[in-house]
Amino acid sequence: MKITEFIKNNILYLDGGMGTLLQSKGLKPGEYPEMRNLTNPDDIIAIHKSYYDAGSNVVCTNTFGANTLKFSEEELDKIIKAAVQNAKNAGSLSGNTQNKWVALDIGPTGRMLKPYGDLEFEDAVNIFKTTVALGAKYGVDLIFIETMNDSYETKAALLAAKETCDLPVFVSNAYSEDGKLMTGASPDAMVAMLEGMGADAIGMNCSFGPKALFPIVEEYLKYSSIPVILKPNAGLPKSVNGKTVFDCSPAEFAADVTKMLEKGVTVVGGCCGTTPEYISALHECAENVAFTPVSQKDITLVSSYTHAVVFDNKPVLIGERINPTGKKRFKEALKTHDIDYILKEGLNQAERGCHILDVNVGLPEIDEPQMIKTAVCELQSVVDLPLQVDTSDPAAMETALRNYNGKAMINSVNGKQESMAAVFPLAKKYGGVVVALTLDENGIPATAEERLKIAVKILKTANNYGICKKDIIFDPLAMTVSADRHAAVETLKAVRLITNELGCKTSLGVSNVSFGLPQRDVITSNFFTLAISNGLSAAIMNPYSDEMMKSYYAFCALQGLDENFQNYIQFSENLPNTVAAAHDASATKADATKPGAVTTRTELQTAIVKGLKDKSAKLTAEMLKTSAPLDIVQNEIIPALDEVGVGFENKTLYLPNLLMSAEAAKSAFEEIKSAIPNETSHSKATFVIATVKGDIHDIGKNIVKLILENYGYNVVDLGKDVEPQTILSKAVELHAPFVGLSALMTTTVPAMAETIKLLKAGAPWCKTVVGGAVLTKDYADSIGADYYAKDAMETVRYAESFNKN
Amino acid sequence: MKNTVFVKSFPAPPVDRKEILRYLNAGCESAGLKAIIDECLKEAEPVLSYKVCYAEFPVNICEDVLDLCFCKTCSHDLYKNLNGCSRIILFAATVGIKFDILVNKYSRLLPSKALCLQAIGNERVESLCNVFNAEIAENYGDVCPRFSPGYGDLTLNMQEEIFKVLNCSRNIGLTLNDSLLMSPQKSVTAIIGIRKSKEKI
Repeated sequence: MKITEFIKNNILYLDGGMGTLLQSKGLKPGEYPEMRNLTNPDDIIAIHKSYYDAGSNVVCTNTFGANTLKFSEEELDKIIKAAVQNAKNAGSLSGNTQNKWVALDIGPTGRMLKPYGDLEFEDAVNIFKTTVALGAKYGVDLIFIETMNDSYETKAALLAAKETCDLPVFVSNAYSEDGKLMTGASPDAMVAMLEGMGADAIGMNCSFGPKALFPIVEEYLKYSSIPVILKPNAGLPKSVNGKTVFDCSPAEFAADVTKMLEKGVTVVGGCCGTTPEYISALHECAENVAFTPVSQKDITLVSSYTHAVVFDNKPVLIGERINPTGKKRFKEALKTHDIDYILKEGLNQAERGCHILDVNVGLPEIDEPQMIKTAVCELQSVVDLPLQVDTSDPAAMETALRNYNGKAMINSVNGKQESMAAVFPLAKKYGGVVVALTLDENGIPATAEERLKIAVKILKTANNYGICKKDIIFDPLAMTVSADRHAAVETLKAVRLITNELGCKTSLGVSNVSFGLPQRDVITSNFFTLAISNGLSAAIMNPYSDEMMKSYYAFCALQGLDENFQNYIQFSENLPNTVAAAHDASATKADATKPGAVTTRTELQTAIVKGLKDKSAKLTAEMLKTSAPLDIVQNEIIPALDEVGVGFENKTLYLPNLLMSAEAAKSAFEEIKSAIPNETSHSKATFVIATVKGDIHDIGKNIVKLILENYGYNVVDLGKDVEPQTILSKAVELHAPFVGLSALMTTTVPAMAETIKLLKAGAPWCKTVVGGAVLTKDYADSIGADYYAKDAMETVRYAESFNKN
Repeated sequence: MKNTVFVKSFPAPPVDRKEILRYLNAGCESAGLKAIIDECLKEAEPVLSYKVCYAEFPVNICEDVLDLCFCKTCSHDLYKNLNGCSRIILFAATVGIKFDILVNKYSRLLPSKALCLQAIGNERVESLCNVFNAEIAENYGDVCPRFSPGYGDLTLNMQEEIFKVLNCSRNIGLTLNDSLLMSPQKSVTAIIGIRKSKEKI
């Protein structure tokens, strides 16, 4: 019988701990347990057999750490071949007649993925692929991915399994005390991602004893429509009279796990500290427990690497601002690869209360797949909201979904055959909630009924691809009301029809409705209120619009969705502040235009010196109404920065002060840039900067970048852990006069030396400036650097010395 | 049991503001500085975790070669530190990857906060080590100051052996990359020599 059939109607018993038993057979700390498949096969067979004898249906091969990071491919082949053979032999030797399967056991690589470690996502996928391919070759019945404590690595492993073989894949995560994965994912986020990607069973192992996992199990059972696994430790090891003991006895363990079987878990076993005795006890205890078939949960979920967003009664706000359409400054940022600008848009929208961020970076002149990959990965390193991948380019969509950490929203598919054929396979493979526009080859129907018909067609086709109803959100299209005064009425009707007749969720890009009308916010926000009153589940909207946010908070308050009116009150408290701030800024206008001597600082200069970001931006925006942008830079910002710079050099101010001022100046510059987005002629020389290959420390580099930008340099930041060749190519491409390199470890200084050598040969005009904790002037000289800068100000002074000449 | 690796979580050790200022290279705490440190501490607190994994090993300390049971070394500085010890506690401590995630967020957008958080992270992991060391001293009596790879002539390469023997990745989520950098970044590995035994923990 196939295991996937068996688990539909039966409790599946897994095995228990392997490591603990191997230690009792002499495994030393630091010794690779996987080698014992080759050196002591009889021990391994005996352990597997004892689990089959105890009633396990599945034993996991002794291959937890079997990957190409620890072993050569040749060794790995031998290890996995022996491991599978050992498990199979144990199955034949055991006299028990239950259904028996062998699972290829896969644990974490032991390395952290980027951006927090140095392992590339695709490298992780390839490492897992090699292991999976060998397991499949030697005949395992399923893949068991376990003890994963990072959602991104879990995704890499599951993707590798799915792309390498057709075997069933079980995925089990290890949770920390706070009920989340080590890197922050909550149980509902893991359910969303793993079920979306097509795992056959999901759950948790290791972590603690069974009791501590109860709340996490309950979360899985609430959201999961596939079997849930529970494979806990026998508690944590403790030292009692010099002996290691686990604090949960077989009887207690069995009783606890049985409770969860009664709640709906269907796949059970044990992890660290459990032995065949625990599995026997569990078998006995659970003998009379009735099997609970897995029920389909009709819950629409998207997730980030930390949490899931549920589409239920409360409207979901999807921020629309990461989109170049009609935004000069945003287009400029895309063309100049100004990722920080995009990140700021992300953070600002999150602060305004968005639940999901739409990401659209399509411009005709840029490489969209590359850009969307960068945008998605970078956004996920600063914002923890789920993302909505917004592109019409299938290649860009695939790379975004592949690299996304979680279950994304996909914007969009429509009723055209071509669209569905391109989007649904991606949604099936990577998981995702697809926004489906109710239009097709014949265009957008005028009536709500016809839009409903298209929705029915889309659902049917999605079903053929194996995509459930819960993973489709319909967008019945908000049309411009000024072009057709009945447009909004039809859209609202379509929202009702889709909600009531299909039981599906809906989303609208609401801003469209008011196009061509004055005071658009008034129309848009009232349309939004009408739409959510008619059942709309989500809106793609502008969170910077107070009118929109008023509608949202008022709706939640009035519908009983805001406990104690907490959110509304908090929101309303911030409303008058904007009025007060505007008043404050206009009152100071007169001061701000005074000539800017440092002894009598202007308001803006004081704001910069004190490091007040928001105030600096506001004052600058005010001043731009009356002063020329360059005058503000020359008379206000630069004198203030100089004052702080001198203070830092004289040690009356410290690095945090310098940085706070630099950030305030940057926010002032940002205002100036949006006033004159095409103004590039005034930037000084180009600085290419990077943290060298192998090094992932980047704070020092980012500080230098910020200060250089303040002083008007065009800084091209290549990031951290950068290949020498990449740095050279960029320096040549831009004919950059300066390259700044950072290294923090003695182990990564050689990479710096190599980069300098390459630059000297390939870009001889270029001056190299180096810095970082382990460097000294002598060291810098010995590796051929042109200049050693002990801090950011020294870098500026060095570059300025060329300007003067 | 000797050679068993134990895992322990600690409550947050008390904050040593002087140390944070020292890591910031700041002589005194101005109002602006105080505000940003307070803000960073408040944000860091919920993402910090304090975990240690450790094991005890019998050692054989000679001047030309030190047999630490899990590996051998010729470090003269470690010899001076461990001279007279027959056992060591090898440990790895970390304040967790969520702290790196927080620093990374600000590193791109607000380096002032990233810098402050770095200083806080240094202080936090050192304070964690101090608490752990105090516990070892209480249980084992006369112990040497902790000594880490990279101190004096003890090479960083020993990290590979330490990570293998303590199984840091599985036990406390601490990993090592090819450049011998640790992730999470605010982590410490070290050896504590035990001069004489009072009782075992």
